[in-house]
Amino acid sequence: MADVLLEVKHVKKYFHTPKGLLHAVDDVSFSIERGKTLGVVGESGCGKSTTGRVVLRLLEPTEGSILMEGQDIAGLSESQMRSKRREMQMIFQDPLASLDPRKTVGQIIEEPLRIHNIISGAKERQNRVLELMETVGLARRYYSTYPHELDGGRRQRIGIARALSMNPKFIVCDEPVSALDVSIQAQILNLLEDLQKQMGLTYMFITHDLSVVHHFSDNIAVMYLGRIIEMAPSDELFAHPTHPYTQALLSAIPVPSLENRRERIILKGEITSPINLPKACRFASRCLYATERCFGEEPELTEIAPGHQVACFRQDKADAKTV
Amino acid sequence: MLRKPGALFPSAAGRKRRAGTRSLFQNGSQVEIGSENVLKYIGKRLLAMIPVVLGVTLIVYCIMSLAPGDPARTILGEQATEEQVQALRDEMGLNDPLLVQYVRYVWKLLHGDFGTSYSSRIDVSKEIWSRFPNTIKLALVASLVSVIFALPLGIVAAVKQNTFFDSASMFFAIIGISCPTFWFGLILILVFAVHLKWFPVSGQVDTLKGIILPAVTLGFNSMAAMARVTRSSMLEVIRQDYIRTARAKGVSNRNVILQHAVPNAMIPTVTVIGLRIGGLLAGAVICETVFAWPGIGRLLVQSIMSRNTPVVLGCIIIFSICFSLVNLIVDILYAFIDPRIKSQYQ
Repeated sequence: MADVLLEVKHVKKYFHTPKGLLHAVDDVSFSIERGKTLGVVGESGCGKSTTGRVVLRLLEPTEGSILMEGQDIAGLSESQMRSKRREMQMIFQDPLASLDPRKTVGQIIEEPLRIHNIISGAKERQNRVLELMETVGLARRYYSTYPHELDGGRRQRIGIARALSMNPKFIVCDEPVSALDVSIQAQILNLLEDLQKQMGLTYMFITHDLSVVHHFSDNIAVMYLGRIIEMAPSDELFAHPTHPYTQALLSAIPVPSLENRRERIILKGEITSPINLPKACRFASRCLYATERCFGEEPELTEIAPGHQVACFRQDKADAKTV
Repeated sequence: MLRKPGALFPSAAGRKRRAGTRSLFQNGSQVEIGSENVLKYIGKRLLAMIPVVLGVTLIVYCIMSLAPGDPARTILGEQATEEQVQALRDEMGLNDPLLVQYVRYVWKLLHGDFGTSYSSRIDVSKEIWSRFPNTIKLALVASLVSVIFALPLGIVAAVKQNTFFDSASMFFAIIGISCPTFWFGLILILVFAVHLKWFPVSGQVDTLKGIILPAVTLGFNSMAAMARVTRSSMLEVIRQDYIRTARAKGVSNRNVILQHAVPNAMIPTVTVIGLRIGGLLAGAVICETVFAWPGIGRLLVQSIMSRNTPVVLGCIIIFSICFSLVNLIVDILYAFIDPRIKSQYQ
């Protein structure tokens, strides 16, 4: 494969709960090329945010390796990891909750520059902060305001400026727009896209919003119950969704047209509990095409077209139902 | 040309920022939150203290009058004749209706006259002022002792939640809350003064050695309460998103705790510290009696025993003013701890 920035291999994250072992992320592997965006979609609770956090080691992986430019960061010591964080940043979902309420905008953006000793002079640091604020479209006059005094869009711009301050190579965007108004969402998405072009950033874009992910991502991974069940280049996935779950997801995207309405696939049943999973396809209990095999065996990801992988035994059946 | 301190252009906002005079910009116009609003707020709160103090005096006045015993009899002694007692009662105005007596008292009070002590015949204000510094000294040292121990204990217990240290420090805190002051004071005297002879048996106002036992006795209880509140508020803050953000920035564990978690966890702690400092003044009543400390707590107890109403009232007024002031200071401190509260001061 071409210039791979991040490679995640067989990463697992289990949580111990009173009821048993919770498989939040269960054997997930993917890679992202430099300057590209991997969109990760799935319903809430499918482990997409956990995956993002494990990749940055904000949560320790239970198993697996995370290769950043060939170096396994899962094995780094705490202090090595701290300096590695300069290269890997995260933009969080809730812009207000993720900003320290006691710090001003300037202090928030400045802190990484100070602790990593990127810029030592206070004056230069301040200039850099103002420059970053300009980059993300925050007026200079907000320098000494507090996050609670600003609106959601501006708060998220602070979060972006903060993430950018260290000149990272890789940014995990954990539902960066889901807490924002639709009109603001577009602004933030455009900003992220511009920044990617300007700075050559690599994104892992976590979202449950499929229309956002189509435009934004080069590749898309669909997660269900801690696993990637389908992964393909963005256009390929939207043109030929193969996994029954992906098909159901895509059929739920609203179409702004009166005539060409597509048939909705309505999933029945509840998502299986991620605790003490049986050895079966995780989607089997809700799948329209499930057979006995699906309940007795777990499908692996297999390549069905260049770059298009699917974990399903019944793809032939599902294929016929291309949306 | 000199730029007015308030008139900052947007571009200069950052460069002009100084600690203490933080300017905030809203909708492009500058709103100076700070000196003026806070002063207005303090003024309001000080005015509100007047009815509090009056209410307290009314209640205490009634209780003192209804309590059995006759001040005139106490002053003159058991041998005095009924005529002598009545004459003194007339002279002291004790035969007037209660309300008349109270209004007369308040009227004098408003003129700065706390009255005369029944027993020593000197001005109540003089008597209180000679002892007040001792009580303040004791309360300050006690609160210092309790804060110095409580904060680290609570913070470390939260950071190391569910470890042996956590359980041990919280067990210690439970003991602190459960121990009655008089008992704890006596035990300290017994161990450290009588047996080990490290400290004097009774409190000594002028030496460090003499203040340690009373201060520890007084502060122990508060220390325990502060430690528990610090721990629980730290536990809450540690789980916040912005703590995760700080870790993602690459802030070291130590600084995540000290720079991001602790300052945010201080609101409940400061509340308790404030209430406790007020409580320490009140707690001084018992502690000062145990250690024979010449403060107003002991003066209050002695005055109640001898039905010395003006002194009792004087002490209570001082206590209630101190309590209200500490609470006011706590409320103002909030603004510095949490900028979100500051903008609410109107």
